[in-house]
Amino acid sequence: MNSNFKIFLKGIVDVSPLMIPVVPFGLIFGVLAIDIGFTPLETMGMSLIVFGGASQIVLLQLFSGGASSLVIISSVGAVNSRHLLYGAVVSEHLSDLKLIWKIIISYFLIDQAFAISNEYLKKNKDRNRYFHLVGGGATCWVIWQSTTLLGIILGASIPEKLGLSFAVPLTFLALLVNDFRKFINVIVIIISGTVATLGYNYIPFKAYVIVAALAGLFTAMILTKTIKIK
Amino acid sequence: MSNWTLIIYCGLITYLTRFTMIALIKKEMFNDRIREILSFVPSAIFPAIIFPAIFINETGLFQIEENPKILAAIIAMVIGILSRSIIATIFSGLASYWFLIFVV
Repeated sequence: MNSNFKIFLKGIVDVSPLMIPVVPFGLIFGVLAIDIGFTPLETMGMSLIVFGGASQIVLLQLFSGGASSLVIISSVGAVNSRHLLYGAVVSEHLSDLKLIWKIIISYFLIDQAFAISNEYLKKNKDRNRYFHLVGGGATCWVIWQSTTLLGIILGASIPEKLGLSFAVPLTFLALLVNDFRKFINVIVIIISGTVATLGYNYIPFKAYVIVAALAGLFTAMILTKTIKIK
Repeated sequence: MSNWTLIIYCGLITYLTRFTMIALIKKEMFNDRIREILSFVPSAIFPAIIFPAIFINETGLFQIEENPKILAAIIAMVIGILSRSIIATIFSGLASYWFLIFVV
């Protein structure tokens, strides 16, 4: 059996390549939050309390568009519903753990750590294999907090002309690169994007994110039932 | 609602989506069908952020002409599909956007 620390280190090494895009993502978040009018303390607080790139960007996007708190919170919830899947998938590897470990690990269950640790957990049967997930999550935590801070500091000196806010859709686009190869996913992407764009000005309370996501999921439900190609 | 209250609620709901499945639900409660549908969540939700950010301009109007973001996003998407690289997707999109607004 490998030592806890060794597995923790392995988690850090494995997640490192995925940290490269987190750097610009964190910077952009810090810059945008200040730009929109959050104080440096609130911006840092968001990264510490929420600790989720997609959630925090959605928060900013809707906040700057004047959405109500209820819509912002439920949109953040909708964006996060993918974590339910992650949790369900890794829970079988964590079922023997004490509650306190489950509470800690939940905070670190983010896209990147899930992506790499899911592979590791499947292949290894050591009782302490969950340290891999903690290593990956902790690495991401350090990168996310430090780039947020850097974004806050740099914020004022990055010219608006650069159009860095365009990096937001690009980052989400990048998270979908593998889905563009699958037929059903492409249809879902088109439906959701079209509903959001057309509904942007017409769906009340800026709830277009939720409405579009539900339309996309509904499409997925129908298509996966009728078409059986993967 | 103050900004801090909003941040704390958003943090809570984010944490709960991570915690509930790990702590409360047994994996048997999750059948293959639900797993299959949940695997579409990213494809269903990210475009709702991507598309308006590209097609809706600062004044809240749909803009398809003289919109360099469209071409830049298409280039990023093609690079992304070919390279399967997150970082290549982001940088090719930003680079083509800057090329289109500063050079062309």
